[in-house]
Amino acid sequence: MTVARAMVECLKAEGVKHVFGYPGAAICPFYDELISSGIEHILVRHEVNSGHAASGYARMTGKAGVCVATSGPGALNLITSIATAYMDSIPIVAITGQVNSDQIGRDVFQEADITGSAEPFVKHSYIVKDPASICDVIKKAFYIAETGRPGPVLIDVPMDVQNMECEFCYPDKVEIRSYKPTTEGNKLQLKRVADAILKADKPVICAGGGVFLSGAEEELRELVHKCNIPVINTMMGLSNIDMSDPLYFGMMGMHGVRSANYAVANCDLLILLGARMGDRAVTALEGLRDTPIIHIDIDPAEIGKNVDVTTPVVGDIKKILTQLISVVQEEKHTEWLNELNAVKNAPADVPGSKPGTLDPRLFIRELNKYLEKDAVIVSDVGSNQIWTVNNIMLTKGRFLTAGGMGTMGYSLPAALGAKKACPDRQVIALCGDGSMQMQFMELATAVQHGIDIKIIVFVNNCLGMVREYQERLYSRAIAVDLDGSPSYEAIAGAYGIKAETVTENSQAEQAIRNMVESDKPYLIQVIVDKEEDSII
Amino acid sequence: MKHTISILVENQAGVLARISGLFARRAYNIDSLAVGVTADENVSRITIVADGDDHILEQILKQLNKLIDVIKVRSFSENELLTRELVLIKVNCTPAQRAELISIAKITEAKISDISVNTITLELSDYSNKIKTFEELLRPYGIKEIVRTGTVAIQRGSASLTI
Ligand SMILES: Cc1ncc(C[n+]2csc(CCOP(=O)(O)OP(=O)(O)O)c2C)c(N)n1
Repeated sequence: MTVARAMVECLKAEGVKHVFGYPGAAICPFYDELISSGIEHILVRHEVNSGHAASGYARMTGKAGVCVATSGPGALNLITSIATAYMDSIPIVAITGQVNSDQIGRDVFQEADITGSAEPFVKHSYIVKDPASICDVIKKAFYIAETGRPGPVLIDVPMDVQNMECEFCYPDKVEIRSYKPTTEGNKLQLKRVADAILKADKPVICAGGGVFLSGAEEELRELVHKCNIPVINTMMGLSNIDMSDPLYFGMMGMHGVRSANYAVANCDLLILLGARMGDRAVTALEGLRDTPIIHIDIDPAEIGKNVDVTTPVVGDIKKILTQLISVVQEEKHTEWLNELNAVKNAPADVPGSKPGTLDPRLFIRELNKYLEKDAVIVSDVGSNQIWTVNNIMLTKGRFLTAGGMGTMGYSLPAALGAKKACPDRQVIALCGDGSMQMQFMELATAVQHGIDIKIIVFVNNCLGMVREYQERLYSRAIAVDLDGSPSYEAIAGAYGIKAETVTENSQAEQAIRNMVESDKPYLIQVIVDKEEDSII
Repeated sequence: MKHTISILVENQAGVLARISGLFARRAYNIDSLAVGVTADENVSRITIVADGDDHILEQILKQLNKLIDVIKVRSFSENELLTRELVLIKVNCTPAQRAELISIAKITEAKISDISVNTITLELSDYSNKIKTFEELLRPYGIKEIVRTGTVAIQRGSASLTI
């Protein structure tokens, strides 16, 4: 069969049900085979969104999401989403068409060195020149993307190679001598961790995105309840523990809540669990001097990179937690929990809002009442993201955002991917008006493919987070006004999507109810005051 | 501090670009770099001399290890290693100076690789400091051209770096 056909057969063998993509000449041989394969192709409206959609899909399934683009501009448009997935350790397999192999390097029409340009942002990449290698390459790509510390893998296939003949033989095992991720925690180190937990009076666990990647939510819950250890999250870790759990104290870091940062500042043992301690989270650690820190991560390079640690443990979190649960002793930590609860329950400023605008925090708290238990919330980037993370209440639900790269325009396409992965779950994207204008072409994708996602746009008519930043640092705001922007209700209407606008807190409930009761895509634009800050 | 790092990699297209790219984007400094195939023709050995404190060295080693094509990475302390660089130096040399330069070559154990009416090209393989001294000795004659390879390094004694 042809390589193009073999590529499709490989995807089938890998269990792929959906791919997100955008065609062009150089990937046409593959597309021609895809049509009759039974794999559903979701046509995005910009290649960057095929990567984000694949990311949302991957995060919900735990398997690599697949995105496809053509050579040159198509492939280049993918890069931002590949880099976003890389920063957040999300497994995606990106397939790109390339110009004919005998023309590579001659700057022919739509030629771009995509493996070269994406190199800093991929876990690995392949350019397929030997037709006989295709099955092996695809098998390895999925294996590399999904194992160890997950990440994006790029496969670039020249058009002439796609048309060449090869034999289809999908390997069922992979052997890469130079790639053998450690998954079992070192026994001695684990003993040290158990001892440290026993010794500590004020331990705290900071659980990051790695808990999801390892599928260790249940083990985390079990461990903290056995030892009564308070848990806080990084942004990437949000919802890996039930937010209504009495042991949960919120998100840490620059944009986090007081109780979480208080826990870090006052603990006598800090356990970092699958958290890479990016600079936005690490602010909470400033001033910690002698507090012992345990860092558990699958990637040895993350340990000691941003934070000096006392005890490193390299391995798969699920395995490590399972081992730990069996060796730790039950503890109470009553005093420590009382101390933290006092901070958590201290009265916060009651938010208020100007007439004609809503308080975004109140809106999100209202939304909480209508969330299904296992709702999926996809947050964009900006002030809206901070309002969301600090007010959303997910019990069995899932929170998604582009934490590491902070890529505006992530929420809508990622929500499409998430909904494709779990059609029975409520999926809601929340974004700002700036981010909305980077992604609203994907409303068409939702309509065309009948993907029932809900969208909430916080309209403050400015790039709010940048405005806030500029005002703090430069005492004035420049180039953040979004004058000239459309009504998002009208935009949604133009796509045939039902939408409404709310301008007062009192209207929130009815609008949210209308939204959740609809079985089609639905958009609410929430008018927010321009001066509404994210740091309060 | 200078560190000598030996890297065994799959002998495949693009590997060197991945490694040099990693150094560039993570802002690690490369002092010298040498690449060659090993006894196993599927495996190449890259020797990099890099500058940085222990924390940077640790990160370099860990990040290199993450590259899929990297089979093995090790850094060595100076006294564990036998290091060599090769230098070719073309110096001005009048017929009257020939004897002098030939005696310098003898003392330093350099080889006379080429000679012309008014130049002489000397070749020396030695460790870095020796090469520096050699260059100093030749400077007064007027160096026309210097070509120097990166450092290659092998462990002293019977220990060896294999996959
Ligand atoms: C692609 C991209 N460009 C620029 C930025 C920088 N940036 C961070 S937040 C922000 C403002 C976002 O504005 P909006 O979507 O309206 O959300 P708001 O902050 O007003 O809630 C910008 C421009 C970014 N994160 N991503």
